[in-house]
Amino acid sequence: MLTFTLRRISLFIFTMLVLTLLSFSLSFLFPGDTVINHSGQINATVSELAQLNQAYQMDKSIVNQYGAYLTHILNGDFGQSMASQSPISKEIIELLPATIELSLVALLIAMIVGIPLGFIAAIKHNKTSDHVILSLAMLGYSIPVFWLGLLAILVFSIGLGWLPSAGKISLLFEIEFVTGIQFIDILLSDSPYKWQAFSNASAHIILPACVIALAPATIFIRLSRAAMIEVLAASYIRAARAKGLSFQQIIFRHAIRNALIKIIRHVGLQFANLVTIAMVTEVIFSWPGIGRWLIESIYQRDYTAIQGGLLVLSCFIFIIHILTDFIYAALNPLARGNKYGS
Amino acid sequence: MAVLTMSFKPTLPLLISAFVSLLVGCNEGNKLSLSERSIIYCSEGSPETFNPQLSTSGTTTDAISKQLYNSLIVYKGKNNTLGPSLAKSWHVTRDGKKITFYLRQDVRFHQTSYFTPTRLLNADDVLFSFNRILDKNHAYHQVSGGQYPFFQSTKFTELIEKIEKINDYTIRFILKRSDSSFVANLATDYAIILSAEYGEKLLNKGTPHKIDILPIGTGPFKFKEYRVGSLIRFYRHDSYWQGQAKIEQLVFDITLSRTSRLTKLLAKECDVSSYPIAHAKIAERTDLILESITSLNVGYFGFNTKKEPFNNKLVRQAISLAINKQAIIDTVYHSKAARAKSILPETSWAYDTNTPEQGYDPVRAKSLLEIAGYAQGFTMDLWAMPVQRAYNPNALTMAKLIQADLKKIGVKVKIVSYEWSTFLRRLSLGEHQSFLLGWNADTPEPDNFFTPMLSCSASETGNNRTFWCNKEFDQLLQEALKTTNMKQRKRYYAQAMAIINEEMPLLPIAHSKRYQARGTDVVGDILSNFGGISFYQAAKINTNNKADDMVNKVSN
Repeated sequence: MLTFTLRRISLFIFTMLVLTLLSFSLSFLFPGDTVINHSGQINATVSELAQLNQAYQMDKSIVNQYGAYLTHILNGDFGQSMASQSPISKEIIELLPATIELSLVALLIAMIVGIPLGFIAAIKHNKTSDHVILSLAMLGYSIPVFWLGLLAILVFSIGLGWLPSAGKISLLFEIEFVTGIQFIDILLSDSPYKWQAFSNASAHIILPACVIALAPATIFIRLSRAAMIEVLAASYIRAARAKGLSFQQIIFRHAIRNALIKIIRHVGLQFANLVTIAMVTEVIFSWPGIGRWLIESIYQRDYTAIQGGLLVLSCFIFIIHILTDFIYAALNPLARGNKYGS
Repeated sequence: MAVLTMSFKPTLPLLISAFVSLLVGCNEGNKLSLSERSIIYCSEGSPETFNPQLSTSGTTTDAISKQLYNSLIVYKGKNNTLGPSLAKSWHVTRDGKKITFYLRQDVRFHQTSYFTPTRLLNADDVLFSFNRILDKNHAYHQVSGGQYPFFQSTKFTELIEKIEKINDYTIRFILKRSDSSFVANLATDYAIILSAEYGEKLLNKGTPHKIDILPIGTGPFKFKEYRVGSLIRFYRHDSYWQGQAKIEQLVFDITLSRTSRLTKLLAKECDVSSYPIAHAKIAERTDLILESITSLNVGYFGFNTKKEPFNNKLVRQAISLAINKQAIIDTVYHSKAARAKSILPETSWAYDTNTPEQGYDPVRAKSLLEIAGYAQGFTMDLWAMPVQRAYNPNALTMAKLIQADLKKIGVKVKIVSYEWSTFLRRLSLGEHQSFLLGWNADTPEPDNFFTPMLSCSASETGNNRTFWCNKEFDQLLQEALKTTNMKQRKRYYAQAMAIINEEMPLLPIAHSKRYQARGTDVVGDILSNFGGISFYQAAKINTNNKADDMVNKVSN
């Protein structure tokens, strides 16, 4: 397990180095002054500019410049946003939790819906229900998310008036920012309208989360179906059946557990995919998360924000991958071998 | 196999029902939910400041003036007569040069997390508020830029000799000359009263600029928070001198896109929406009301009289004759506006019914162009405003219609548009040849249409974007202000309108209504004929027991 951990950490460090190198070079590739792209201080006076040049060691070699840039990043200083002139790290800390929250809820929905459906399809292998589930999965996977989002707003918000279409909570509720995860903040707050706020926030998250969940759910269907078919064909299932266990016992005691292990690793992989879908969805549903912020930064040519945002987002996704690897390894000792660690 | 699938069934519904019960179960508790005590208003833009003295933008006035502040006097009732507000009465001397206001003695300022007032409103607050504008050496004059556009364009500073405090609750304005629009100007949304005590406190702390960011006023709502470009939150001012407002919380949801405003309105995310689109769609919904109010305004097509070829009166007349106004009214305003005959709306008391209207006559237009020496036509640019306003809901479409009309007389039009603040700045620099803009009246006072829009002084400050300056016209406006005789004034304004008609610095196009949409559960007047909107009277009724509530409201 130690070698496994060390391998992961070294991989993480090197990947992050490459990413910072990329984001560092973006400052040179974007139009405008490099040091202003680094720091985002578009209104800097001459003396401030001199200070910045010093801080980023712009007069020294490119290696020193990179070192200085890295030091800034490691200190949590991503510069400031060219558009709003507030520190990027502060904006990210405020916005990232909203994206995480939305993605987690979407992931949960995708898993709750996708995995059981996949299992059912596998158990009913080659029967009508299998075909129906598979076709639905194919259909769901093919629908573009922006279209689905708009359609959902049209039907559920405007047409039926069931669910709100924008934001993460009604503006009436004043929820103090503690963790950034809305539901936790609501529970922590001492507002007399706590439960109203909670149900309002729940109503706000349903539409965007379901829209995001659709594509990963269809993937879960196919993965869990394949995993279950494989497990059901395994010899230990046959042995269990020969011992006279009921089908129910076989499925719940043996098949599901073993099939889940095969899926868990993909959950982590899907999370990255999910965050990408979430970014588009955030724009449609005016969700105040990092995806919407990043896309707005692109519109406003806020280079510093683009760099910082990309770095943080990729770092975040990488950490999720490593975490799922750990969980997978903890559940499945086979994975700790060389084959998976490299 | 069959046994197996059976066993799946109870788990999934169980999970779903648990989740649903979690959502629904929380909705009990308080008898009136927060949303029933609050109103969300989808507004069309962000305020520039939280002090109305500093801006004439309609968006800013709507957001802050009547919510946060009061002025000394107000316009009241259907006939728009002046009535008391912070001043319970006032007296004008016979020569019209001394105006004395007697203040109410029970007016409390807002108590917020950043300021706790220790005294009631008195004459010092009035002095403080107006001296900030008048006195260039006042500690607050230069805070936030030192520009007071409404007061500068109406020459407020030149008019006032001094302001005297007679006692704690009596204050006297002494004017250099009599001016019949002066009292009306004090009733506008710009002439609000700030807290002198708050000003002093901020000055001691060394943060005077906060007075325009964290406002303290006497109005029905107090400021809670502003998230730039996103929302403004107000809470009720519980000790408001006219009695509490009916709602506890007021939120302005700043939604620039008109489609988003419509979506939010239809999805019930806002209770009231400004400048709605898709009127027919809103009208067919039973849960929404589309309302409109005749506001004194004018949308016009202006010419830069300092630039070729519009420095020639004949060209201006020719272009004006070539515009089919009725087509514009039908297309841009959906036939829901009155065709403008002059800059003054027909609903104004000073409107002279004999004012002739510039007709639509492309043949005469063509011959006028020939006389002016442009028989071959010419190319011009036309600046169309990028935002929607009551007086011009869609300037770009209007520009295209004008382009088509002018093509018929051989004039080629290039349409230009910029982002709103850039647009206004470049216009006041005079970079344009012609432009589409409008004016919303702040008072029923007719002078409010003439002086800020077309006087020589307004052309110096850039507020008069035609840069037209006519001594005779200015003289008439001055004369009209000196007298209080309505008939006499009406005659002066009729002459002034005749000059505009002849000189044609601009072509008035339409006097339009202002629209607003709201859910049927919101009651009470919000729109007013002049100036900004007010949520003081607005309330929510519970749609479940609407009838009971209505009775309660009436008996209250």
